[in-house]
Amino acid sequence: MPEVSSALSLSTVVLFIPIVGFLAILVFLREEQHTEQIKWTALGTSLVAFVVSLLLWIGYDASVPGLQMVQRNDWLPSAGISFYVGVDGLSLLLIILTTFIMPLAILSSFRVHVLEERGRQKLYYGFMLLLEFAMLGVFMAQDLFLFYVFWEITLVPMYFLIGIWGAEQRMYAAVKFFLYTMAGSILMLLAILYVGIQAGTFSLPDIVAGIQSGAIAFPMDGVLSSTQSFLFLGFFIAFAIKVPLWPFHSWLPDAHVQAPTAGSVILAGVLLKLGTYGIVRFCLPLFPEASVAWAPYVAVLAIIGIIYGAWVSYAQKDVKKLVAYSSVSHLGFVVLGIFALNAQGIQGGILQMVNHGISTGGLFLLVGMLYERRHTKAMDAFGGIWKAMPLFGGLSLIVVLSSMGLPGLNGFVGEFVILLGSFGSSVLGPLFTLFATLGVILAAVYMLYMFQKVFMGELDKEENKNLPQLHWQELAVLIPIIIAIFWIGLQPRPFFDTMDASVNQVVEQVHPYVVQAENTAMLTVDEFVQTAAVR
Amino acid sequence: MENLPQLVPLVVFIPLVGMIINLLWGARLGEKWAGWIGSGAAILSFLVSFLLLTYLTGSNYQSVVVNPPFLDGWLRIGSINLEIPWQQRVDTLSVTMMLVVTGVGSLIHIYALGYMHGDERFPRFFAFLNMFLVFMLILVTGNNFLMMFVGWEGVGLCSYLLIGFWFDKAKGVGWKNSLAARKAMILNRIGDFGMLMGIFLIFWTFGTLDYYKPGEIANVEYQEHLVAQLTGEHGEAAAVEGEAAAPAEGEHGATTTEGEAAAPAAEGEHAEAPVAEGEHGEAAAPAAEGEHAVGPAIPEYVNNDHIATDQLGVFGKAQRMLEDSAEVNFGVVSLPIETVLVLITLFLLLGATGKSAQIPLFVWLPDAMAGPTPVSALIHAATMVTAGVYMMVRSNVLYHNAETTSLVVALIGATTALAAGYIAIGQWDIKRVLAYSTISQLGFMVAAVGIGAYGAAMFHLVTHAFFKALLFLGSGSVIHGVEHGHHDVSHGHDHHHDFDPQDMRNMGGLRNKMPITFLTYLVGTLALAGIWPFAGFWSKDEILADAWLSNTAGGYVVLAMLVIAAAFTAFYMWRQIEMVFFGKPRTEAAEHAHESTPAMLWPLVILAFFALLAGFYNVPANAGPFTIFGFFEWLFGGAHSFTVFLEPSVAYAHAGEFQGGIAAVALILAVSAIILARRIYGDNKSVTADNTDPLYVNPATRQIWSLANARLYWDETYNRLLEQPFNAVGNFLAHTLDWTFWHDYVHEKVIGRGFNALGDLLSNPVDLGIIDGIVNGLGWLVSWLAGGLRRIQTGYVRTYAITLLLGVVLVIIILLLPMLQSGS
Repeated sequence: MPEVSSALSLSTVVLFIPIVGFLAILVFLREEQHTEQIKWTALGTSLVAFVVSLLLWIGYDASVPGLQMVQRNDWLPSAGISFYVGVDGLSLLLIILTTFIMPLAILSSFRVHVLEERGRQKLYYGFMLLLEFAMLGVFMAQDLFLFYVFWEITLVPMYFLIGIWGAEQRMYAAVKFFLYTMAGSILMLLAILYVGIQAGTFSLPDIVAGIQSGAIAFPMDGVLSSTQSFLFLGFFIAFAIKVPLWPFHSWLPDAHVQAPTAGSVILAGVLLKLGTYGIVRFCLPLFPEASVAWAPYVAVLAIIGIIYGAWVSYAQKDVKKLVAYSSVSHLGFVVLGIFALNAQGIQGGILQMVNHGISTGGLFLLVGMLYERRHTKAMDAFGGIWKAMPLFGGLSLIVVLSSMGLPGLNGFVGEFVILLGSFGSSVLGPLFTLFATLGVILAAVYMLYMFQKVFMGELDKEENKNLPQLHWQELAVLIPIIIAIFWIGLQPRPFFDTMDASVNQVVEQVHPYVVQAENTAMLTVDEFVQTAAVR
Repeated sequence: MENLPQLVPLVVFIPLVGMIINLLWGARLGEKWAGWIGSGAAILSFLVSFLLLTYLTGSNYQSVVVNPPFLDGWLRIGSINLEIPWQQRVDTLSVTMMLVVTGVGSLIHIYALGYMHGDERFPRFFAFLNMFLVFMLILVTGNNFLMMFVGWEGVGLCSYLLIGFWFDKAKGVGWKNSLAARKAMILNRIGDFGMLMGIFLIFWTFGTLDYYKPGEIANVEYQEHLVAQLTGEHGEAAAVEGEAAAPAEGEHGATTTEGEAAAPAAEGEHAEAPVAEGEHGEAAAPAAEGEHAVGPAIPEYVNNDHIATDQLGVFGKAQRMLEDSAEVNFGVVSLPIETVLVLITLFLLLGATGKSAQIPLFVWLPDAMAGPTPVSALIHAATMVTAGVYMMVRSNVLYHNAETTSLVVALIGATTALAAGYIAIGQWDIKRVLAYSTISQLGFMVAAVGIGAYGAAMFHLVTHAFFKALLFLGSGSVIHGVEHGHHDVSHGHDHHHDFDPQDMRNMGGLRNKMPITFLTYLVGTLALAGIWPFAGFWSKDEILADAWLSNTAGGYVVLAMLVIAAAFTAFYMWRQIEMVFFGKPRTEAAEHAHESTPAMLWPLVILAFFALLAGFYNVPANAGPFTIFGFFEWLFGGAHSFTVFLEPSVAYAHAGEFQGGIAAVALILAVSAIILARRIYGDNKSVTADNTDPLYVNPATRQIWSLANARLYWDETYNRLLEQPFNAVGNFLAHTLDWTFWHDYVHEKVIGRGFNALGDLLSNPVDLGIIDGIVNGLGWLVSWLAGGLRRIQTGYVRTYAITLLLGVVLVIIILLLPMLQSGS
């Protein structure tokens, strides 16, 4: 057990930096007089959060698996609920991802016409910072109840971002987003309450320790009829909707297409990862046996998602919708990696969460820039843009290639390690990998189709001939993304090193049940062989 | 001298720098500087490759593994020993490829200075060419399968970018170009799927992706032979020293140039075993108390017996596992190593059929001719498309031990050679003929791999690189000439918009207008047709001889197919010569064509020189009159020098005995094909009055020619069987299943309305106080959902959302209270 202190920790500091900016904007700045100050305060706050989160990374000792920078204060002691935050290898990279994406999302909003049009900039940037706070909270919370609170808070600012500053059908999309996620959350809430009450505490490390020592047990005596299975599903369905795992993806295209650019960036960049992160953080350690039992079924859904998402992407006419569906495909890889239940799979999965945040976040930024210029997202309206905007075309190509997993760029590293893991996984295996790897072909199919439709071909439409080149603020948004793409692609070691010990701990927690399942499978194969021999 | 291999990262870094300069500042540098920076990078890279060659010849061809600076490993997951480094390999195979890539590459860069002159994206073109060199050189110098894959996909990207280089051309041409680019990339990705699966299998079978670990000996037989020879020369003292070397290894370990590489592995029982091969040479000498100081160094080890199995690379371990008849476990399935090797090699083969344009994935290469001609020469003829052959030669240990695969490889290669050679007969586009010819020749190389003639495959790869690059550049010169002729003619007149400068029907009689282009083209043609003593004769004959010597039914079938394919080759090439260069000019453009600039002609001349001479480097022994009774051997330093050169790094690169009969038959067939082509197309008959092929006019050959002209309907078949269904399914999934059914029907109607109805039911008859309010809220919300598209004033949003939030909080509290009581 880690040393638990109630003193202020660095993770708490990072967590509350956005709130400071949020309050500053709320209290000191006025909508009409201080529009510029509001923008820059928001950007400054998110940059400070980023820098301090880097300190978190620097100060983190990767050789130790457990939680670090921990802070725990009583909240509702009678119910075993506490304010309990900390970071480890599972969450640290996602925290950095959050603080990395937020300044980009905020900066990209500066020149967005919809904000000028609809106003309420104070509210907008306030929600952005509130959202950052909530997302950081989700990644840091070590108390199930606290986690749930943060989880629900993320919905509110996102709901408004879509609902107020979205496209034509924004209300519909916002409500759907809210309801859909809520529906899953309620199941999770029930599961959380059951687990907390059974364990007498909501502290995740305490519960996991209890499970390891045998003090707490959730019976698992059948895939469909046991307590552990139900609890697993309670958590898992909430996460699966958030991911979204096929077939729970129906809210995603609406939310993405209707959301303003920054909303889509955050949604794809971070919010979807709350789901996959939740699986690693909660489902595996709390319900290891159920995770093993469900792994093949979940993996099948993930693979369907990989292929289905890609195929559906390919048939889209709206570029934003195409990118939205590509997320279904990409996150299928992440889920597949996690349920390989080995170190390669999970590490690849976590790295791929970061990669997807960078690449797909980048794609949404690019789509936003196109939209600002042409006020349309229909691919037919473009063509030959590479000629009109050479630099923009080149940068877009890099992001597109990263998204389709070109070796040397970030996407490949994650995908490769995931597929390597699923190939050698004793709960999945080569056949799963075979089908999942088909997704690599399909990624090229839809991504290159999009690139060709938008950027290649003759520059034949009058409206496209004199598009303004990239503004320095737009360049400032894209450059960090490009740097991250190359860095992770060429030198992913710091990222693997950061999560190695923590992931290994999770793998070890699940491992006994993997072995158990393996032995059963071996027995079945033996029986099969014997019966075949008898015949 | 012993540090020379440390230069190998430069081979990649120099073009990388060239690429970055041209990408960032190319537009400002202007055409001249941009062009020479690009070309200079290629030439410098060639010089470094040449230095590496001198190193190899001076050190008994001992291979070296080098860790590039700045890049501290690549993929590493500490807890599970996953370690995939950025590591380069200098051995005879990689240096051969480096020399071909940078040598032919340099010439093509220089040629492009002239060819691309005046193009608006001139610097970008050179940046992309340099980028291609970067990836191609990563591909051939990498020491593990994943680095090969980096290069593999990277050259695919460059190919994509360069095929689509003129993506913006008017009148739909730009769209067609970018379509060809996308087609190439996607078909290659299908191959890459195979590569990835192969790589996964390799990793889980051998636990590593490295070809050979530092210090491992690729060809034990060669090494034993070498050591025996050297000890023989040095007498007793050296022999004793050779034995004494083993105990001394502890001390040697520390002096290794590969210290870092060896360190992670230095924990097994053979702690100091994987030391660098580089130090076998001079570097080891000081440690050996000066006894080695005079004369060539004697390698420390004759074989790999001192290396523990888990310290070996893929190929070494494969051999051990074969010796032990090991079983490999994948999850719950256990397979014998032989079966696993067949699976691995089949998956890798799929990759090769993509990159090296073999059946079934070859259809992208003819379309790839949409790219500028220097690109066709460099990427789609001389280098990139040979990557598949290189990969299989590199994996010769795996292929050699997978008989089933080898047969498949041989048949795929031979069938491709035959089919593509046949199709080439019916083409009108000068570059398309060459494209199908390339596919056909790649088929020869692949077939060679299949029959186990790895040396012959590489030999043909090298000679083909010269003469096919020559032919493509020659065709570029012709196209350029005709285009200029066309410009001169149409100056002041209406532009003939439909004029196609690549259509051979628009040519004729160019031998007088473009004499240097003609002569060099002729050399290339004779080399390709396999006419003695041009390079193609020797390399093609070696493949045929090995097919004969394989002494299997499969080998004979392959031999027969290849011989016919060779006859086709001579035929379609001479048809082309007649159409382009002989007869009378058939258009005014051809009439006014003129010779290209020196920047374009010099590379042609140099390549022609090699197309003539490159074959002598590997002349067979005892070839009687073919080598003028040993004269060539004497002149060029021995028989099979190239195969011997390859042997240290390609374990199964044996050289077959010369087969005079086969050579004679092949030669007679080729000459007859040329004479036949001359009779059909010669004397100004190459295109008939109604602008078609004489073979089409002749009823006896009409069907045969038409089928070739229609390219065996291959593309159409793929379109109908694969592409159209793929699109149809995509549309069905996206619009019908996902949207109409799942999104609109299930979510809107069933769930949405059902929820709504439930809300009504609960809120009307049942009064539940607070719950009522919540459900009302939800009911509202759902009616919004159902009415979906209605615009709602933003003023409502706040009220609405606050209700919603309150609802959530209330639900939580209500659920929580009783449970907390019971819990505490």
